[in-house]
Amino acid sequence: MAEFIHDHIQPYFNYWVYVIIMMIGLWALIAKNNLIKKLIGLSIFQTAIILFYVSMGVKDGATIPILGHHGSSPPASEHRLFEDLDEEEPKKAHGKPVDHHAADDEHGEDHTHGHAGHHKTNPDLIANPLPHVLMLTAIVVGVATLGVALAISQMIFKEFGSLEEDEILEEIKASASDG
Amino acid sequence: MLSKVFATIAVAITGSILLYGVSDFPAFGDPHSPANAGVPGSESVSLYFIEESYKDTKVPNIVTSVLADYRGYDTMFETVVIFAAGMAIFAILRVVGNKEETAAKAAEEDSFTNGDHNRIIVGTTVRIVVPVIQLFALYVVAHGHHSPGGGFQGGVILGASFIIIALAENLNAALRRLSELNYVRLAAIGIFIYAAFGIMAQVLGSNFLDYGALQPIFMTDGPEMARSHSMLGVEIGVAFTVTAIMFAIYANLASRGQLVKGL
Amino acid sequence: MVDQIPAVLVLAPLFGALLIGLIGHRDHRVCFPIALASLSVTFFGAIAAAQHVFTNGPMDYFVGGWEKPLGIGIHLRIDALNALLLIAIATVAVLVTFFSIRRVGEKNTEKTHYFYILFLLLCLGLFGITIAADAFNLFVLIEVSSLTSYGLIAMGSSRSGTYAAFNYVLMGTVGASFYLLGVGYLYLTTGSLNMQDIHTILGSNPEIAQSKAVTIAFIFILVGIWIKMAFFPLYGWLPNAYSYSPSSTACFLAPLMTKISVYVMIRVMISVFGLEWIFVSLGWSHLVVWLAVIAILAGSVLALAQREIKKMLCYLIVAEVGYMVGGAWLADEGLWGMTGALYHILADAAMTLCLFLAAGIFVKRFRAREISDLEGMFRKAPWVMAAFVIGALAMIGVPPTCGFFSKFYLIRGGLDAGHWEYVGALLISSLINAVLFFRIFEIAFFGNKPAEGHDHSHDPHETEELPVASNEAPPVWSGNLPLFATAVIIILLGIYNGPVVALIRTFLEELPIVASSL
Repeated sequence: MAEFIHDHIQPYFNYWVYVIIMMIGLWALIAKNNLIKKLIGLSIFQTAIILFYVSMGVKDGATIPILGHHGSSPPASEHRLFEDLDEEEPKKAHGKPVDHHAADDEHGEDHTHGHAGHHKTNPDLIANPLPHVLMLTAIVVGVATLGVALAISQMIFKEFGSLEEDEILEEIKASASDG
Repeated sequence: MLSKVFATIAVAITGSILLYGVSDFPAFGDPHSPANAGVPGSESVSLYFIEESYKDTKVPNIVTSVLADYRGYDTMFETVVIFAAGMAIFAILRVVGNKEETAAKAAEEDSFTNGDHNRIIVGTTVRIVVPVIQLFALYVVAHGHHSPGGGFQGGVILGASFIIIALAENLNAALRRLSELNYVRLAAIGIFIYAAFGIMAQVLGSNFLDYGALQPIFMTDGPEMARSHSMLGVEIGVAFTVTAIMFAIYANLASRGQLVKGL
Repeated sequence: MVDQIPAVLVLAPLFGALLIGLIGHRDHRVCFPIALASLSVTFFGAIAAAQHVFTNGPMDYFVGGWEKPLGIGIHLRIDALNALLLIAIATVAVLVTFFSIRRVGEKNTEKTHYFYILFLLLCLGLFGITIAADAFNLFVLIEVSSLTSYGLIAMGSSRSGTYAAFNYVLMGTVGASFYLLGVGYLYLTTGSLNMQDIHTILGSNPEIAQSKAVTIAFIFILVGIWIKMAFFPLYGWLPNAYSYSPSSTACFLAPLMTKISVYVMIRVMISVFGLEWIFVSLGWSHLVVWLAVIAILAGSVLALAQREIKKMLCYLIVAEVGYMVGGAWLADEGLWGMTGALYHILADAAMTLCLFLAAGIFVKRFRAREISDLEGMFRKAPWVMAAFVIGALAMIGVPPTCGFFSKFYLIRGGLDAGHWEYVGALLISSLINAVLFFRIFEIAFFGNKPAEGHDHSHDPHETEELPVASNEAPPVWSGNLPLFATAVIIILLGIYNGPVVALIRTFLEELPIVASSL
């Protein structure tokens, strides 16, 4: 058992978690009777996919995909605020030495000439930006869907006076047999 | 319960298929996994963004440059999704009632609020806080190039500032600042701004959303800064749409499409 | 100028929608001209694009000019596979626009401009899906088209309609999420989102192509699209959602939404995974064809059991989806099944449009929702009924119409592949369709119902469109014009099936799996 956990779960921990969260959402989506609870399930389901995508882009020890002001490696942007600290601890856990030339430069349009050329960024230290971009889109889509679904459930409540699925189905059956 | 049995079966099948695939994955956090570093024999998209995006666009925030430039077409449709959601909600919920009746209700509502001393503390606090929130929202929109932020995030915060007015006073107070007519217009104008940047590039003889072609308009040294400026422009467009629709969704859901009284 | 067409195709409806958003609330009469103008631009754009594709080869368009390395930007592509579909969507969109005059907001005219905005955005979504060559971009556009269709369906004021729309939202979102998940698995294993790039990577790295993750990616993408197209076990949401929606909406969604999903499935099969991988490595073709057989039979039998015209047509759509999925998965050497499926996408769009337009007119002018209400319709509306007959004959598969030729190609594929059960299902389904429609013809011609059939005792909540005063009624031509145009298209598409199929074959014959067998 311990071996299984070590070999199969530990290296893929996030992926296991995402599957479990997603299944919680899917279960609620199918099994719950209340329409709003179904929507909560749907949201959990979508959020799990976001977790999955973001997990793909993780690199051990890497930082956020934002470079320093002139394209230097990322820790520079943190240090720029505290120039004094640079002297004492020039290296962060994974950071490259801070480039003071870049840090001291004023940000402006006249400095567009190739600074990036001599700050070779180490891509292993910067998280993969693409999944983040994709998930920004997916989050927005999720919000939009949820909004529309809530609007529809308000209409359902107005029409049927209930948000419980079985009661709504009974109402529909009753009105169908009347007609 | 039949649905519970069915749900359990569906979840068991889906979950086991997904977990079966997990054992094949590259380990979590591996910087050399195909997603992070590409597969041998083809150029990695992700590494290209990390290494080249600053040279191409002069925007330090790689997420912003990918979102608004490389994948700008996606982002435009993402904004369209928001717009479509807003329109769908209006189409579903909006109850168009008698105009005079609505106005009378609104007036009644106002007189009620003016005499309500319980709301003084909340109302005053909100009046002080809202400008700060809005200023922060503008900062988030404008600073998306250098820090986490951008049109969507800033737009949501700006939309929230209107929602907080509606919560603290009433919906009409917020609607006086951003009326129904104006938020529909604002939402359309936001996407229009976004698309206009793309069309301008087409007019100047390049592909849709090729911001580099806008260099003559911005009078910059090279296409890079034109891209950087255009990205700010489209983020502002996104912020318009998101602000308008976020508030509109709240206003319609909170008042069941009546746009009076609110929660 | 020609090279900008892919962008123009999506921008024209977008600007139409934005313009209506800006000025539509003032006067609802501006909505129709704006919608028609923007869709006409797209229509001519689609024709120009098709002309360009069939003379000069596929058009690649890189948004933002980000061409190299492949996959950093968004790639749009028009080739022989989707050029004809673009024309079909544009044609249906223009015809439905005519049909929608005054029909949309009769009950609440204040919402008319919302209908047109959603309608144009839906067209935009469908065009975008068709030309997308980026797996994630496809997801975004699927969501654009889904969200707008949720709104359009829920706009109908019928009571059961709102609940049907809610179920549609749940199913549609789960389908899109499965698709997104599948794309995530593909990105995890190949590191790319561009379809062409993924195809190259899978082709050149057999160990990736054989990995479990890619198989699971395929399963999830496939199941996601199947939910969207209402393939057999996952069809539950479709009949209610379409039959309770307003007529204009149903006329647009029914011919296009499921067909677009079939197109997406074929696009993913051909351009992302590759047919060799699917048919040779996976070898599930038998399983899917059997599912399609069940879909065809179940759809036909359920259609036979319906009393309402629109519901019956909805179940026929389920059967038609079975035709196309089965045809695409036949895996015969010459890919005649695939040819038939692609031709059937066009043919079925025309047939379904014709039948739904006729059904919409029956409801609108004669308040005839049920089959029994059609009594004496040949006398009351001979021309509408004539067009309905053409659509029905195409559905059955009678020679001069396009329905016959698509079945012909599908059956040829089935025979080549040795899938007798599929051929049998097609024939049985045609027979059931014949029974179904001749029953309707009989009622409409002779009227085998006693006189109290005229007594319409419907629940007022359930009738989506209330009778309108005569001065409010839409002009007759707005219904008849698109209906007759569609009937003519059905026959023309049938007569000119040779050239159309030749165009489809130009694409398929370049595929390695066919080229090797020729």
